[in-house]
Amino acid sequence: MLDIVTQVAMLMVSLALVLNLWRLLRGPSLPDRILALDTMYINSIALLVLYGLSQASMLYFEAALLIALMGFVGTVALSKYLLRGDIIE
Amino acid sequence: MEETSWLEWLISALLLIGAAFALIGSLGLARLPDFFMRLHGPTKATTLGVGSIIVASMVFFSTRGEGLSLHELLIALFLFITAPVSAHIVAKAALHVRLPYRKDTQNWDRDS
Repeated sequence: MLDIVTQVAMLMVSLALVLNLWRLLRGPSLPDRILALDTMYINSIALLVLYGLSQASMLYFEAALLIALMGFVGTVALSKYLLRGDIIE
Repeated sequence: MEETSWLEWLISALLLIGAAFALIGSLGLARLPDFFMRLHGPTKATTLGVGSIIVASMVFFSTRGEGLSLHELLIALFLFITAPVSAHIVAKAALHVRLPYRKDTQNWDRDS
């Protein structure tokens, strides 16, 4: 049963990623695109964790942790650039 | 066909709840009318969904006979700490560039 449930959950998270991509491409303003990128990295962490669960392998957690760190730094840097016109003042 | 254990039921329920929350959050991001409404979906629903999926994975790897597996908790903790921070700074940037909002958005005449 766990195989089928993991496949269904991966399908749902992939659909969520497609919706985020739609918002990223369409998004009428720049903060919308930043928010779409932020949501995309969170959803890709979920997809990586699900893949590690389906393979019963612990290898993917380090990658998920790295994506979490880099995604947060990227979101803050983009918002800071929009807010101040500069990242490091 | 072998018997499905209650642990498998628990993991499956957590996975489905988490994926449903992530999907609902992204649906909110895609469908809601203005930016300040769109901000609600990803910052609350998606974070909770990913947290639920990570708890499911923690239960799965803890019950395979190789001892307690807690380092997934690091990802969940980090996400739960950084989600409000990034939402706050994105909202500040949106207020700074003066995005249009719907007329029934509350407190729209308040200074940022």
